[in-house]
Amino acid sequence: MVAPRRKKDQPWLMRTYSGHSSARASNALYRTNLAKGQTGLSVAFDLPTQTGYDADSPLARGEVGKVGVPISSIADMDQLFDQIPLDQMNTSMTINATAAWLLSLYIGLAQRRGIDPKTLSGTTQNDIIKEYLSRGTYIYPPGPSMRLIADTINYTVKNVPKWNPTNVCSYHLQEAGATPVQELAYALCTAMAVLDRVKASGEIPPDEFPQVVERISFFVNAGIRFIEECCKLRAFGEMWDELTLTRYQVQDAKLRRFRYGVQVNSLGLTEAQPENNVQRIVLEMLAVALSKRARARAIQLPAWNEAMGLPRPWDQQWALRIQQVMAFETDLLEYEDIFDGSPVIAAKVGELIAGARREIENVEAQGGIIAAIESGYIKRELVGSHMSRLRAIEAGELKIIGVNCFHETAESPLTAGSDGAIMKSDPAAERQQIERLQEHRRQRSDADVRAALQGLADAAKSGDNIMPNSIRCALAGVTTGEWGDSLRAVFGEFRPPTGVDIAIDSREVLGRKDQVTDLRERVARTGNALGRPLKLLVGKPGLDGHSNGAEQVAVKARDVGFEVVYDGIRLTPQQIAQAAQEEGVHVVGLSILSGSHMELVGSVLQELRARDLAGLPVVAGGIIPPADAERLLALGVRAIYTPKDFNLNAIMGDIVDVVRETNGLERLGGLS
Amino acid sequence: MTNLVLPDPERLAARIQGGERAAVASGLNLLDNRLPAARSHAVRLLACLSGERSLSAGHLIGVTGPPGAGKSSLVSAMIREWRLAGRTVGVLAVDPSSRPELGGGALLGDRIRIKSVGQDEGLFIRSLANRNQLGGVASEVWPMSWLLLACFDVVVIETVGVGQTEIDIAEIGDTVCYVAQPASGDTIQYLKSGIIEIPDIFAVNKADLGAAARKTASEIGRSAPRQDRREGWDYPVCLLSATMQTGIKEFHAHFDRHRRFLVAAGLLERQRSQHQSGWVLRLLKEEFGTFGLGLLGGRTTIEERLGACRSSQFEEYERMREHILSRLLSVNQPTLSP
Ligand code: B12
Ligand SMILES: Nc1nc2c(ncn2[C@@H]2O[C@H](COP(=O)(O)OP(=O)(O)OP(=O)(O)O)[C@@H](O)[C@H]2O)c(=O)[nH]1
Ligand SMILES: [Mg+2]
Repeated sequence: MVAPRRKKDQPWLMRTYSGHSSARASNALYRTNLAKGQTGLSVAFDLPTQTGYDADSPLARGEVGKVGVPISSIADMDQLFDQIPLDQMNTSMTINATAAWLLSLYIGLAQRRGIDPKTLSGTTQNDIIKEYLSRGTYIYPPGPSMRLIADTINYTVKNVPKWNPTNVCSYHLQEAGATPVQELAYALCTAMAVLDRVKASGEIPPDEFPQVVERISFFVNAGIRFIEECCKLRAFGEMWDELTLTRYQVQDAKLRRFRYGVQVNSLGLTEAQPENNVQRIVLEMLAVALSKRARARAIQLPAWNEAMGLPRPWDQQWALRIQQVMAFETDLLEYEDIFDGSPVIAAKVGELIAGARREIENVEAQGGIIAAIESGYIKRELVGSHMSRLRAIEAGELKIIGVNCFHETAESPLTAGSDGAIMKSDPAAERQQIERLQEHRRQRSDADVRAALQGLADAAKSGDNIMPNSIRCALAGVTTGEWGDSLRAVFGEFRPPTGVDIAIDSREVLGRKDQVTDLRERVARTGNALGRPLKLLVGKPGLDGHSNGAEQVAVKARDVGFEVVYDGIRLTPQQIAQAAQEEGVHVVGLSILSGSHMELVGSVLQELRARDLAGLPVVAGGIIPPADAERLLALGVRAIYTPKDFNLNAIMGDIVDVVRETNGLERLGGLS
Repeated sequence: MTNLVLPDPERLAARIQGGERAAVASGLNLLDNRLPAARSHAVRLLACLSGERSLSAGHLIGVTGPPGAGKSSLVSAMIREWRLAGRTVGVLAVDPSSRPELGGGALLGDRIRIKSVGQDEGLFIRSLANRNQLGGVASEVWPMSWLLLACFDVVVIETVGVGQTEIDIAEIGDTVCYVAQPASGDTIQYLKSGIIEIPDIFAVNKADLGAAARKTASEIGRSAPRQDRREGWDYPVCLLSATMQTGIKEFHAHFDRHRRFLVAAGLLERQRSQHQSGWVLRLLKEEFGTFGLGLLGGRTTIEERLGACRSSQFEEYERMREHILSRLLSVNQPTLSP
């Protein structure tokens, strides 16, 4: 049967989030992706670039080119966009603390190629607030971070008008455990904080302020409860419309539209039976596609092997094809909004709005989102929500197919290949990037660089817009690390609260015969046998910002009776070994999801040995492919945990046994 | 049985006095250990570390105040000053434990607040849980602070103030600082309770919050009672902000000034020696109960014996412990395995 031809809506922008190894390799990937029908680019940067370090910084060791493309200077930017016409491309850059810098490199490159910056279109994520809460690539304290956001907005509104200077993100909040209400509330609080800051800068005349409001776009998440998620997006639209009207007096309804891009939920994608992730991704996409009134402007989908490691080109192609099937084969784009008038949907939307309003008021009463970040309030709320989610999975109340039910599976042909079914970044990438960078430093004029950096530092101190001087730096050949360090010297650095100090779940009390009480007894008994309570250090070495696992391990360990030291993300192996020593812990648990586990675990073990702690047991968890797990165990790591090990109680029981065994006590074995 | 190997106390003490970090760490582990064998080693270690110097060297500082007042942030700011002046710092940061029926675990979160970025070999931080010891300071804290005093110029103990804690802290520190939370009921409660008598220095942090902080500072300034106070000390009330780094230098200077005051008044040694007797008693009682104290002739006798050997109270402590143990041993002889 052939469907009748009807006029279809324009589909959304289709992207895949990608970048790896080097600018050259990523450029090749982008060009093949565009050839396959992708309509925009979404650049993933490596962690040194995101945190303002050069490839040859000691802090970058092992991380260069791993989870994204390294961009050290305008030379790399040029190579990344080789043969890609900047004036015709829509480029989204997932960049935050160093957003002003990467945007400057992009604008600088356009200028060098003789392209008018007014023709550039795309997005810098540039929402540094959620970095403190979830994403982890912050550098400077909140005040200067807000200023950097405001500077890029003020600059682009005037000089790069088609650019979306900031993409307020609720996506990452859901990935850190947020409920739909929390996503709505905190994202809208962030948007208000940004707009208030821009307004207060006084750079924009009041009658032009609606244009600023219009440039604010959002980046949201869509989870597996797709009807509720669809309602959440409708709620976002209604709340934004109201807020921009009442708080910022935007009269033109077009300028009040809630414009958003989406990446669907990845937190719920599993390592076990990974093929099931495909149906999860499709269902999640429905949430942002079904309702025309709340449809995404741009979509990127994760790949089926998300929880295993980085996707290969074929995996990404599959994700892109899902979008294309949805847009071009189905009749989705032929209808007006199919939910308008549904009382069920309206009621759910109303409920979400009411909940979000309450939480917004709550945050405002605490002095706004910045104050609520500094006090640790929001982070604690997120850690608490994530804890509830994991405990529901543990208890089997929240079913995850293939994880806590329906385990039986035939051998999967998808994971049978010799490459572990994941993408491996080029192991030579780091060395090559360092050579390239050092060569670049030799080529440029030192005098120009010094002058440009002086201008940057002066602007940072005086409060002048950071962008013109950053663009000057870009053209002078300044490097990412130099830009980052100049501002570090003026702004200082910041470590936000970890949020793990949440109240203990008092339902889990003594007397109940369950795993938690069993564990408490084991922890206490072992502590008594060793003479002091069991003490655990949870460490996050390297630039990796994935804190979820570490946080939940820390909270669970506390709940079953450990004394727990957790100092947050982005520590060096030296800092971790030093903490292990000073704190006199019985066991060290490392959490690494950035793919740099071989380098980082190795360094931690070495640092421990240098401190007479060769006998201290170390366990590790995260995204660690089976072959690497074998190698780590051979290095002396006592146990490796991956997303398959979803039951934290079981992990705790195991850690107690590791401590017991190390100290000559018999193992206690599996939990009841 | 565990294969735990206890370090040799004499050798460990020498290494600690040499400032070896690994030794400091294992000394602290030993003092924390409640196994009977470890106890004896721990007391030996303390005895090896004691002496005239322990009564006069270094500066023991207690920082207390309500949760979230900014104690760690202030300690961090002060550490910067001390380190700039070339002085080494040891920190004991005490956090509450969850209730025993909820597992008794603890999240030790001060370290991240105290430690600024970067490596520093002149700073040593040990976090501790209070282990539900009647709202007060865990009894491990006191011996640990003595150990740190043997190898760091300044030793800071941070605890959340909840009444009993202040009293305990006053029985450890040379100088006690109370950090107040602007415009909070805690401060009012605090002013009403008798505990206001204890601190030597008051800090009202978060001055950047403006009027609320100023108001709290003036309330404290008015209420800090002057009777029963030490002649010659002015009990300063500082308004400062750890975040904005304002008022830190002045605040910091009060600590040295207070120590100089104690020395000049002949109080430093006297206080430390009193504290030592008090804690030896508390530890003996904790380990052996009133019955144990009775075996030594009771409280007063013990106090007299300790008073008689001011700079070697730990040795005396060790002798008393051995005495009690041998008495208990003779009582329990038949059940003891060789
Ligand atoms: C959530 C998530 C995020 C969130 C993180 C939020 C947060 N605050 O943690 C956000 C959206 C911010 C994010 C961002 C990025 N992410 Co991400 N993310 C994930 C995702 C979907 C889930 C991870 C997670 O939190 N799981 C839930 C927790 C509870 O599980 P877990 O950490 O695995 O922990 C369990 C076990 O591993 C183990 N465990 C883990 N640690 C420890 C420690 C100890 C001591 C013990 C005992 C046990 C243990 O126990 C836990 C219980 O089961 C994974 C893919 C996946 N589905 O796993 C990708 C993934 C980890 N991310 C990835 C990447 C590349 C990124 C980015 C670097 C992308 C980029 N270029 O910018 C960014 C930047 C982040 C940064 N600063 O480093 C890659 C890593 C690739 C690799 N290793 O090769 C993954 C695998 C996705 C992919 N396939 O590409 N991400
Ligand atoms: N506005 C403001 N906030 C501050 C200041 N000092 C600390 N804070 C904030 O107050 C909160 C608590 O600071 P901490 O230094 O951890 O306080 P604490 O008293 O050690 O807390 P606990 O050890 O948990 O009892 C943090 O969110 C700090 O950022 C200050 O001077 N001004
Ligand atoms: Mg503290």
